[in-house]
Amino acid sequence: MHILPFVVVAWILAVGLYGVVTSRHLVHQIVCLIVVQSSTYVLLLAVGYVTGAVAPYFYDIPVHTPAVDPVVQALALTDVVVEAAVTALLLAFAIQAHKRFGTLDPQELADFKG
Amino acid sequence: MTGVVAVTTPYSVPVPLMDALQVTVLVLVAAGATAVVLTRRPVRQVIVLSAYGLMLAILFMAFQAPDVTLSELTVGGVALPLLLLLALAKVRKKEE
Amino acid sequence: MTPSARRWAFLIAGAGLVAFYLWGLTGLPGFGDYPGPYGFILNQVAVGQTKATAVVSAINFEYRGFDTVGEEFILFVAAAGVSVVLRHLRGERDRSAMDEALGRGAAPTSDAVRMVALVFTGPTVVIGWYLATHAQTSPSGGFQGGVVLATAFILIYLSGQFLMFKRVSPVALADAAEAVGAGGFALVGLSALPLSMPYLSNVLPLGHTPGAIDSSGTIALISLFVGVEVAAAFVLIVGELLEQTLLVRQEGG
Repeated sequence: MHILPFVVVAWILAVGLYGVVTSRHLVHQIVCLIVVQSSTYVLLLAVGYVTGAVAPYFYDIPVHTPAVDPVVQALALTDVVVEAAVTALLLAFAIQAHKRFGTLDPQELADFKG
Repeated sequence: MTGVVAVTTPYSVPVPLMDALQVTVLVLVAAGATAVVLTRRPVRQVIVLSAYGLMLAILFMAFQAPDVTLSELTVGGVALPLLLLLALAKVRKKEE
Repeated sequence: MTPSARRWAFLIAGAGLVAFYLWGLTGLPGFGDYPGPYGFILNQVAVGQTKATAVVSAINFEYRGFDTVGEEFILFVAAAGVSVVLRHLRGERDRSAMDEALGRGAAPTSDAVRMVALVFTGPTVVIGWYLATHAQTSPSGGFQGGVVLATAFILIYLSGQFLMFKRVSPVALADAAEAVGAGGFALVGLSALPLSMPYLSNVLPLGHTPGAIDSSGTIALISLFVGVEVAAAFVLIVGELLEQTLLVRQEGG
């Protein structure tokens, strides 16, 4: 249990990268990139966890209750929303590539020049 | 200042129970990621991605991060599958 | 490079990366033994200093507000980038929305989907607005609220009416809303400069009760602007992709 979350992060990263490298369809590649990004969210939250503590919201619990690290949660939170917009930009590129070259296979696209 | 061992608030769960929950959800997330990558057809992959997003949201809840859970639920459950399906509809129309 | 050679190259390099990573893991404190003082200090002083009970939002919009400005502009640029990349290439023409709507041979949307989408549009707007305005109280905030608000517009499209979607959220209005959101955030930060305080200082009154609606000064205001901006950005992106799918046609077929 001490290192299980970090091992899971490494697994998700490796699996996602394998999907990106061996993909034959641009949209499949983009979804594997989403999986790679999700591994970073898990890593951020796993680093900040304190055993036995509660979420850092003190609306109805006393202020000095031990709580988990709020900084990494703030980072992960904006991360999730912004990466969705960047994925939309990648999808726009994929659509234009399909219009221009007629194929969505990254290994065929690599052979085109310009 | 080091970490705490166990704390009793009205909202905390006993530590072994939380451990068991976290281990279960971590294994499910790893399996979900593998399933997303191994699904080769993009339209099916979008559905599996949606389920993976739900699994991630449960994991973030188990890590005591409700804000991140909210973000992941809305983005991974609605926005991302919609964007992907729209892009797929556009390229499929060209192929016909 | 043949596919199998590529696969082998990746497996060898990936094994090296994972080995390096696992070796690095042995030097980390274990899961749950968070040692760093930053998180503990923030948990103890944040409520007293900013009168906001949601420490994560206080960090996002107050202690590390400058990073959030950067992230929000990433979102802004990504939405603009989608509009630029999906511009009309040579040889494409844009059928008018009215022609397309009448002549499309797609299957009509089922009544169940329409009813559910219509019924849920109102509550979605309310929930999105609640999330965007209660950043300092509970787990909510501009980013989540903005995405939920954008979902309400998507529900309007799903209930079968692309024309209604275009009328309710024309591109000019969404552009203006996005600009108001992003510019508003930057301006709230600038408003601290004439009072000779650093950029993005909290200059509004902090209120009495931690977590009440009028507490925490600029945090609530910034969260509102961020919510408007994120909603507008997502509506723009989805509108662009919808236009591509439904309206843009290659010349001659």
